[in-house]
Amino acid sequence: MIFRRERMTALVLILAGIGFVAVAQRSMNDYILSLINFVGIYIILAVSLNITNGFTGLFSLGHPAFMAIGGYAAAILTFPVRKKAYFLEGLPDWLARVEVPFLPSLLIGGVLASLAALVVGVPVLRLRGHYLAVATLGVLIIVQVLITNFESVTRGPLGLNGLPALTDLWWVFPWVMVTIFVSWKIKFSSYGRTMLAVREDDMAAECCGVNLFRTRVAALVIGAFFAGVAGGLWAHLVTAITPKSFSLVLAFHIVVMVVVGGSGSITGSAVAAMVFSVLTEFFRPIEERLNIYGLGEIFMALVMICILIYRPAGMFGAREPRLFEPEED
Amino acid sequence: MTGGYILQQIVNGLILGSMYALVAIGFTMIYGIIRLINFAHGDVVMIGAFVTLGLLQKLGWPFWLVSVCVLAAGAFVGLAIERAAFRPMRGAPQVTGFIASLAVSIMVQNLGIVFMTAQPRNFTFPDFLQELIRIGPVSFRAVDLVIMLTALVLMTGLILLVRKTRLGVGMRATAENLDVARLMGININRTIMATFALGGGLAAIAGLMWGGKFGQIDPLLGFVPGLKSFVAAVIGGVGSIPGAICGGYILGLAEVLFVGLLPPIYSAFRDAFVFATLILILLVMPNGLMGKRMEDRA
Repeated sequence: MIFRRERMTALVLILAGIGFVAVAQRSMNDYILSLINFVGIYIILAVSLNITNGFTGLFSLGHPAFMAIGGYAAAILTFPVRKKAYFLEGLPDWLARVEVPFLPSLLIGGVLASLAALVVGVPVLRLRGHYLAVATLGVLIIVQVLITNFESVTRGPLGLNGLPALTDLWWVFPWVMVTIFVSWKIKFSSYGRTMLAVREDDMAAECCGVNLFRTRVAALVIGAFFAGVAGGLWAHLVTAITPKSFSLVLAFHIVVMVVVGGSGSITGSAVAAMVFSVLTEFFRPIEERLNIYGLGEIFMALVMICILIYRPAGMFGAREPRLFEPEED
Repeated sequence: MTGGYILQQIVNGLILGSMYALVAIGFTMIYGIIRLINFAHGDVVMIGAFVTLGLLQKLGWPFWLVSVCVLAAGAFVGLAIERAAFRPMRGAPQVTGFIASLAVSIMVQNLGIVFMTAQPRNFTFPDFLQELIRIGPVSFRAVDLVIMLTALVLMTGLILLVRKTRLGVGMRATAENLDVARLMGININRTIMATFALGGGLAAIAGLMWGGKFGQIDPLLGFVPGLKSFVAAVIGGVGSIPGAICGGYILGLAEVLFVGLLPPIYSAFRDAFVFATLILILLVMPNGLMGKRMEDRA
């Protein structure tokens, strides 16, 4: 084990994070705690979408669809058996009789989201650019319609409520770390370089022997896994899940985080996720006091347009701050 | 299920299709000329509906004057959006434009909520448009007739404009190749502005119709017709105006028949059906019915 600068920084950050979580869980009130949890979940969403949109340049708006799949899967699995009997009468027998702990539920949710991404990705990823964006938007709407109409399992538009409140910072923080770690490992491996090559010039990459299609599918599937996990965390944080939560507006929010942070930059996505989720919360009391709703959205859209015009590469570009980047050997 | 019932469904499909076609024309023209999928186009429909509400119901202007004003308002909004958001990023990658248009769309919707509140408003047309007309087994309101005829007149006018006038020649040349068109002395900015203005005007008229047809409007109303008209444009082949018109009617008919002829359990799935069609067409015949082979989409 060689002590490298970036490992030291990472270690310090993780220890500081654990310390912060320990203090926060003890001393902060519920409102602040749930806000921090949301920030964490948004970081997972933005960093994972960054693998798809940022590294590989596949413009996917389908992230909330994968979140919904993971969220519903985890919610149904953790739901107590005795409540299932009268709450979800239509469940198939084998589902009605199981009650799974939180961690395996999250993992199953993530895997199901990945599988969905695989099924969707194999046909759809043949499209490029904005056609891919539109097709993934179609996928988002199709998933929403299916969940709304699959009443025996999802209770349709009512959604599931009264879920056990299992999510706390001791769950969210490790998942944030895992997401960032995996994303980091991908970016600074030959695999991540392949993805960046596909993004910059797919024909040149193909000429160098890159399997374009496999790289694209992998990027979508990995992103979808973390989206699924984030969906499970989300469902058990708000203790309810409805098809309406996973809308185009949510997709837009996550995309704004990735684009403003800098497509391809992990630090950028994470920082933008923090800033925007706190800002949205900051706008809420103003909107309520003035009784004018929509100000937060208008602000986000404005920031987005300005960034696209004046700094299309985002705050960090595709790079990481010098302190975190691995040193050259 | 009688022949009369099916005929009635076909008429309903044509009415819906007229509105889709009007919006799809704007999509296809804007795409043809600067390769931009303008997501905010659907929200011009919403603005058109609200302008109609204000002028017709609040101020009580005569119907023909309101229609002219709605057309002008839509054209103005189209121009404003182009000038504020899309011109500064011309030449950027296509996805950038698409994402920007998504941002514009969300901004317009929320400005609508700020100024108009999210509460749906009732929308009624004057009495002479509400009259019921019966022809054999088919019945419809006068407003439906107005919708279909106006759409036909506007579309014919537009096709003539694109085929016969100098402006139209400029537009077609720009769509063919922007740089060469510029070298030939065509004022590119003016041509693009004209395209946005025409598209916006037609979309706003579609908004007037939408309000009259469904009787209720709210700031988020543009989302669904916008998306579906895009699907219509893709069916017809993006970039082709006759294609967009055909695509609009095909989608309108298909949607109404899907709901009207299949058992009711399926009708909840109509949006899923529309978007599954979209993905399928993009994959199987990316040039649509009448689109020219352009750059690769797949």
